[in-house]
Amino acid sequence: MIRLSHVHKTFPNGAVALRDVSFHVARGEFVFLTGHSGAGKSTLLKLLYAEQRPSSGEVRVSGHVVSALKGDQIARLRRRLGIIFQDFRLLEDRTAAENVAFALEVTGARKDAIAARASRVLAQVGLASKSRAYPRELSGGEQQRVAMARALVNDPAILLADEPTGNLDERATRGVFQLLRDINAGGTVVVMATHDLDLVRQTEYRTIEMREGAVVYDSADEAPAPGPQ
Amino acid sequence: MRLLFREALLSFRRAPVLSGLSITTIAFSLFTIGLFGLVAINLQRALEGLEERVEIVAFIMRGTPAESIAQASQDIAAFPEVQDVGYVSEEQALARARRELVEFRDAYRDLQVNPLPPSLELRLRPGFRDAAHVGAVAERLRGFSFIEDVRYGREWIQRLDHLRNLTGVLGLVIGLVFATVAMVIIGVTIRLTLLQRAREIHIMRLVGATNWFIRGPFLLEGALKGILGGLLAVALCYGGFLVFRRSAESFNGLLFFEPWQAAVIIGFGMLMGLGGSLLSVGRHLRRMGGRADRRAS
Repeated sequence: MIRLSHVHKTFPNGAVALRDVSFHVARGEFVFLTGHSGAGKSTLLKLLYAEQRPSSGEVRVSGHVVSALKGDQIARLRRRLGIIFQDFRLLEDRTAAENVAFALEVTGARKDAIAARASRVLAQVGLASKSRAYPRELSGGEQQRVAMARALVNDPAILLADEPTGNLDERATRGVFQLLRDINAGGTVVVMATHDLDLVRQTEYRTIEMREGAVVYDSADEAPAPGPQ
Repeated sequence: MRLLFREALLSFRRAPVLSGLSITTIAFSLFTIGLFGLVAINLQRALEGLEERVEIVAFIMRGTPAESIAQASQDIAAFPEVQDVGYVSEEQALARARRELVEFRDAYRDLQVNPLPPSLELRLRPGFRDAAHVGAVAERLRGFSFIEDVRYGREWIQRLDHLRNLTGVLGLVIGLVFATVAMVIIGVTIRLTLLQRAREIHIMRLVGATNWFIRGPFLLEGALKGILGGLLAVALCYGGFLVFRRSAESFNGLLFFEPWQAAVIIGFGMLMGLGGSLLSVGRHLRRMGGRADRRAS
């Protein structure tokens, strides 16, 4: 589903974000991306959803070479991905249901189908009763669930989560994480960037650790890779 | 489609002052163009009326044989510029003078000798009634040996020509300056809306909206503002037209725009609105894409 081959990313100011990153994520996997702030986790996710382009190397998602996609092709790729962030990125002037429906509206889905699918996904994340609430009326955990509902509403094959529990208390973290596991159990690939090691240790999921832009550990290899020097 | 209109109209509600400003600017720029257009239309019509009366009068020496005059009339009628040629004899000239110049009726009645020479009166074809052609025909007439003098309203023909050209050029220049200002203001107001909604646009991109989907409401917003500005401009022009017509009753038969001309003004407003927002949105989207790629995580 996801394949990175010798990916480098250097910003115009000379900062190196990724160094020779290569790995493969198979169908149905749940992968943790771990590492300190600035290790390159977010940049790596941005390459996957075509927000940034690699300086060299190849990024493939669902069979597409992401760096070769242009304009509307990028939009179509993103419709097959679900993306969630630490800061939720909800529209403050829309209700939970409208935020979810928004992701369907931009794809040109039929109006009658939109409402039904939005409420079904909100029910899936446990927020059926709060569909008319505005983001400011919801807790952090609930806002993240709305963001997850929005990410799921297009039935994505891959869910990318950038520190989804970074702003949540322990209880909300557990709820959101359980939801991610349920989504993965349904067959969706989940790539979750986090620095919450407690969460990582609770499970047997594959873990890729990054340091200074390089992959220094991949539990799939069962052997630590050499660090950058 | 409904979403497109909803989003476009929402921005009017979100920023009524800015929207009003852009509509007013478009309206004023088109109002200026429209006023000059009205002056040009009416001047053109007045000129057409006046030009029909453009005549060249060639006075003939007394004693010129009738055959020579008849032959010359035929030659002159064959000039490509000439519509018709008429001969006015001494007697006809005197009779006309007595009829038309009432003030001098007594003087003409007491005359022992007819002081008025016979003449040829020429009217030119449409398209040849400007100063240059009239002058050229007059010059050729002077070449006939029996023609004593040639008269035509050289000065006023030239003045009318100048006035018409000046009105056209001035209207176009001032109109274009205003149109540019209006487009810049539309661009700025759309840009402010874009900045206000940057977060929303960012989220739209993340959930897979195409660039045209994002542009759509902004383009529609620009076009709607342009159309409203155009309508306002036509209304202002009509107001100005009514006021002028009332205060200057001597100007009979003043013309207002034909419906298609009003439609052109409104259409031009729509293009201005569309152009302003297209430039603004295009630049914003390109910057957003570029910035994301340059930003360190």
